[in-house]
Amino acid sequence: MTVLHSSPRITSNEGVKAALSAALGSMLVEAREEYGEILLTVARDSIEDALRLLRDEHEYQQLMEIAGADYPNRAERFDVVYMLLSLTRNHRIMVKLTTDEATPVPTVTTLWPVAGWLEREVFDMYGVLFAGNPDLRRILTDYGFQGHPQRKDFPLTGYVELRYSEEDKRVVYEPVELAQDLRTFDFMSPWEGADYILPGDEKADITHPGPAPVATTAQTKGPPTVDKPKVTETPADTGAGEPANTVAAKKAPVRKTKAKAPDAPAPTENRPARKPRAKKGDPK
Amino acid sequence: MSALVTDHAPTTGDEVITNYTINFGPQHPAAHGVLRMVMELDGEIIQRIDPHIGLLHRGTEKLIEHKTYLQALPYFDRLDYCSPLGMEHSYVLAIEKLLNLEVPIRGQYLRVLFAELTRICNHMLNLGSHVMDVGAMTPNLWMFEIREDCLNFFERASGARMHMAWYRPGGVHQDVPLKLLTDIADWLDTRLPRLFEDAMSLVIDNRIFKQRNVDIATVSKDDAVRWGFSGPMIRGSGIAWDLRKSQPYDVYDRMDFEIPVGTRGDCYDRFMVRVEEVRQSAKIMKQCLRDMPEGPIASDDRKIVPPKRAEMKQSMEALIHHFKLYTEGFHVPAGEVYVATESPKGEFGVYLVSDGSNKPYRCKIRPTAFSHLQAMDFMSRGHMLPDATAILGALDIVFGECDR
Repeated sequence: MTVLHSSPRITSNEGVKAALSAALGSMLVEAREEYGEILLTVARDSIEDALRLLRDEHEYQQLMEIAGADYPNRAERFDVVYMLLSLTRNHRIMVKLTTDEATPVPTVTTLWPVAGWLEREVFDMYGVLFAGNPDLRRILTDYGFQGHPQRKDFPLTGYVELRYSEEDKRVVYEPVELAQDLRTFDFMSPWEGADYILPGDEKADITHPGPAPVATTAQTKGPPTVDKPKVTETPADTGAGEPANTVAAKKAPVRKTKAKAPDAPAPTENRPARKPRAKKGDPK
Repeated sequence: MSALVTDHAPTTGDEVITNYTINFGPQHPAAHGVLRMVMELDGEIIQRIDPHIGLLHRGTEKLIEHKTYLQALPYFDRLDYCSPLGMEHSYVLAIEKLLNLEVPIRGQYLRVLFAELTRICNHMLNLGSHVMDVGAMTPNLWMFEIREDCLNFFERASGARMHMAWYRPGGVHQDVPLKLLTDIADWLDTRLPRLFEDAMSLVIDNRIFKQRNVDIATVSKDDAVRWGFSGPMIRGSGIAWDLRKSQPYDVYDRMDFEIPVGTRGDCYDRFMVRVEEVRQSAKIMKQCLRDMPEGPIASDDRKIVPPKRAEMKQSMEALIHHFKLYTEGFHVPAGEVYVATESPKGEFGVYLVSDGSNKPYRCKIRPTAFSHLQAMDFMSRGHMLPDATAILGALDIVFGECDR
């Protein structure tokens, strides 16, 4: 594919993937090259050896970033991605491993001191454990925070909110209370394959989508084949709830006014002129 | 530096002073934002620093996962709010890399021009506040004049002074008026050098300034590499590493500029690297203005770049594209890239994972400040308490970016 974009241009990837794959040997799980990025997946337990090899023998001197990513559908749901930069060869690679909530990843703070905070961040955001990191505290979230906010199953709104309480004279934490539901706009066109039920389509058979209207001709005669005939005897059948606001439905009592309401004021012209202001010293 | 480290605890009379711990911040004018540093002091000598960050954590990365690619763009302005376009640059390039989208040459020139203006704008703030952190007031005020000019230029280009959201996947949002380009050219020739060199003449050879910065927090080349330094921090340590030069993006490969490097790796070197970068940025901007061709400013791929408003009034198809792009947005092919550019503060990277939908599956932001601030502990060990502000000033940290 010809490169049209104007993203940073590094030294050619030519032959790098093959050379590094050969060098990593049994530590390598998968090597990919796409979008001009070389992505090496290594076995989790050998990450330290793999990165040491890349640093010492293949001139990837700098660890620029450790990124986490969450894929909840996988058995090992987390990706940990190490971005390496070679200052001498002017090249970048990504080294990746997978892990889950319980399995610790060997630390690379032994190779680069910068990994200390980078691993702390992945731990804070995803709950990935790093065995051997001497200071695996939370870093970005609040003191005493619970949960790992970047996980896909962590809600966008979080669980707690805080405010200053005038009564207690301190900041208090409370469960999140949204005045309005969180609005998620989804503009995916249904004909381009939205993977959710559109409003009104709840009764459609989602497991077997397809050209349903034509195929059901055999069942058009006779009563519909359902387990239970539809009845509307009780509110339980219809699903109707309690009558809406019985108080409001009551007739409002007619309010009887005792005294007659005062009339509108007389037109201005007919009003008597204001009495002259009492002067100081006037006899009362 | 070794002379500053005492072997034994300093004493006053017979009484031994034990180490004690103080809080620097979270609200401290020299902390450049909300930074809390727990400092362990021996007298006035720093033994250990534990920076507590995250006080400005807003969950930007999480929010981006819930927005379309275009809607996520303005979040980048709000990371490093001192150099917004530098942040946008990495993000739009990451999207373009996944889409393999070509940007017209004028669009690339405009991006480079404004990226360098952003660099000047950022360095004005940093140099000024660094000077002020070590006690001088006037240069900061003068450099805010320049920053004000920069912000005015941004406003004339995009309509916003700080949060421009002007770089878009495929180019820039709008073309600039010709008068703006001529005004920038005039400004580069007259006002910028006059104000900037004036302010620098007060600082560069100033005895007090040198006493506060020379030989403070020296970082060797090896340390700079091991601690993941980038940008002026790594250049201050003497490594000529600049992503604009070594991994050029947009039209940086056509630009002729020098990479300043430090010789000793101390705070003064970092300061001077930034000073020289301002001059080099002005040089790049002049080349941009000289060579910028006429032409479109954004890609004409209508499945990614929305049409102009005038076009919408005439063409039904343009109207449909406009509607689709501003509601559903464009889809990005599945894959993952890491794109890093030379932001004014260093390497600002975006690790973008797409699952083929209209929203990023994961957008990891690599802030520059994260690795620099982590080195704060080893850089300030053995220095005096007042040196902490000079070291912090030379790190050039903004917490919007550090905490995300």
